[in-house]
Amino acid sequence: MSPSTDGTFDEVCAMTVLLAIGTRKGLFLATSDDDRRSWRVGDVQLSGHAIYAVAIDSRRTTPRLLAGVDSSHFGPSVALSDDLGATWQESDIAPLAFPTDAGVAVERVWQIAPGGPAEPEVVYAGTQPSALFRSTDGGRTYELVRGLWEHPHRTQWGAGFGGQAIHTILPHPDDPRRVLVAMSTGGVYRTADGGASWAPSNTGVKAYFLPDPWPEFGQCVHKVARDAADPDRYYLQNHHGVYRSSDGGSTWQSIADTLPSDFGFAIVAHPRRAGVIWNFPLTADGERHPVDRRCRVFRSTDAGATWSPQASGLPEDPFYPVVLRDAMATDDADPAGVYFGARSGEVFASRDEGETWSTVVAHLPDVLCVRAASL
Amino acid sequence: MPTVLVPGVLRGDAGGAARLEIAVGGTLRAVLDEVGARWPRLERRIRDEGGALRRHVNVYVDGTDCRWAGGLDAPVTARAEIQVLPSVAGG
Repeated sequence: MSPSTDGTFDEVCAMTVLLAIGTRKGLFLATSDDDRRSWRVGDVQLSGHAIYAVAIDSRRTTPRLLAGVDSSHFGPSVALSDDLGATWQESDIAPLAFPTDAGVAVERVWQIAPGGPAEPEVVYAGTQPSALFRSTDGGRTYELVRGLWEHPHRTQWGAGFGGQAIHTILPHPDDPRRVLVAMSTGGVYRTADGGASWAPSNTGVKAYFLPDPWPEFGQCVHKVARDAADPDRYYLQNHHGVYRSSDGGSTWQSIADTLPSDFGFAIVAHPRRAGVIWNFPLTADGERHPVDRRCRVFRSTDAGATWSPQASGLPEDPFYPVVLRDAMATDDADPAGVYFGARSGEVFASRDEGETWSTVVAHLPDVLCVRAASL
Repeated sequence: MPTVLVPGVLRGDAGGAARLEIAVGGTLRAVLDEVGARWPRLERRIRDEGGALRRHVNVYVDGTDCRWAGGLDAPVTARAEIQVLPSVAGG
C-alpha cells in the first residue's frame, strides 16, 4: 500500500491484476501492480502449444490457473498451476478422455469454466467434438457428462470452420443443478438437473444458413455471456445476430439494432453492473474485418437497447484482425477492466470500463483467449 | 526385450529416459499398452484415448514406419527398436 495525498492508504494502488493470454503458440501471463496503468508480460509458457482455453479460478486463496493445452502433434490436455504460472502440473492419467464406448477422442479443449461457489471443486470443460466434461477435483481430471453426450440431437450437430465444439459453459451462480452451454454449431442447451437431461434453448435465434432459419437447434452460436446482476439474463453473439434473453435462455430477442453489424465472435458482461456488455463487431460473415476497418469496441449500458463505440487509445490506422470468441474478457476490479486480443498478436486493456484503452503487448502469436482477475 | 527410443521433447513424460526397455513384445500394440501402464503421459502423446496413433506422430519399428507394417499390429521382436518421432508438421 502507498500513502495518498490525504494521508490514507490507497488500497487500489496495491491491487495486482493478472491477465492470462492464450495464443496459438503458448500462454503469456501479464501482471499490473499499479491499477492496470502498466503491465509486465512474462516469457511464453507452455510453449509450442495452442491455448484455446484458460481460466483463473479465484475461488482459492491463491487462484488456480487452468489451461487447455493443445499440441498439434501430441494431442490435447489440461494443465494447472497453483503458483500463478511458476510451475504447471498435469495429471498422470488423462485429464480429459472419452470413455471407450464413445468411439471418439478429444481433439481440443475449447473452454474451462469453474463451477459456482456452492461447488468449489467443480470445474467444467468443453471440447471438440462437442462434449461437456465435469471435474470434481478442482480441474485435474474430468468425466464426460453423459446426459448431453447421449442427447438425441447430437448426431445432427454440425461443425463450423473452427470445428465442432462446446465453447461456452455458464454454471448458474446460485443453483449448481443449472448449467447453460453453447456450441458451434448446435446452439444453446440447458440443464436444470445437474446434467442428467438437456434441452435446446434457441427460440428466437436465427440460423439464416439453414432452409428453416428458425430451427429448434442447429444455430451457430459464437458466444454467450451472463449478466452479473441478473443470472437469468444472458447475451448472445450469434453467427449474424446479437440477442438477449431475460428468461434464463428460454427465449431470445435481438439487440443488434444500433450496432454497426450483427456479426462477431466475442461478447462479455460487466462483472457487477446490470446491463453492461461489450462486443467487437465485424463487418459480415463474408467480410471478417472490423466494421469500417476501425478498431472499436462497442458497449451497451442498457442491456443491448443501445450501443456506443469505444476507441480512445486504440489503433487509428486501418485495422483488419479479428477478435476471436474468447479473446475478450472483463476483470473483477472496480472500475471494471476490459481486455481483448487480436489475431495480430496485440492485446489491449481498459482500466475504466472501455472509456480509454492502452496496449498491453504486441507481436504475440495469434491471440485465442484472454482472462483477467485481481489477485 | 524391445526398446523404445523416446524423442527429446517427450522425455519429460518418460522420467527423463531416452530409452525404455519394455518387457512385453509381439506387437506394437502390446508394447504401447505396456508403455501406457508405466508411463501414461508418454503413451497418450503417442495414441489417443481410443488407441489410435496420433496423426502427426510417427512410430518406426526397426526403421520401418509402422503404418506400412501393419499399424499397431506391426510385429515386434524381442530385439526390436521402436523409434517415436514427431512428424514434420506445424505452422
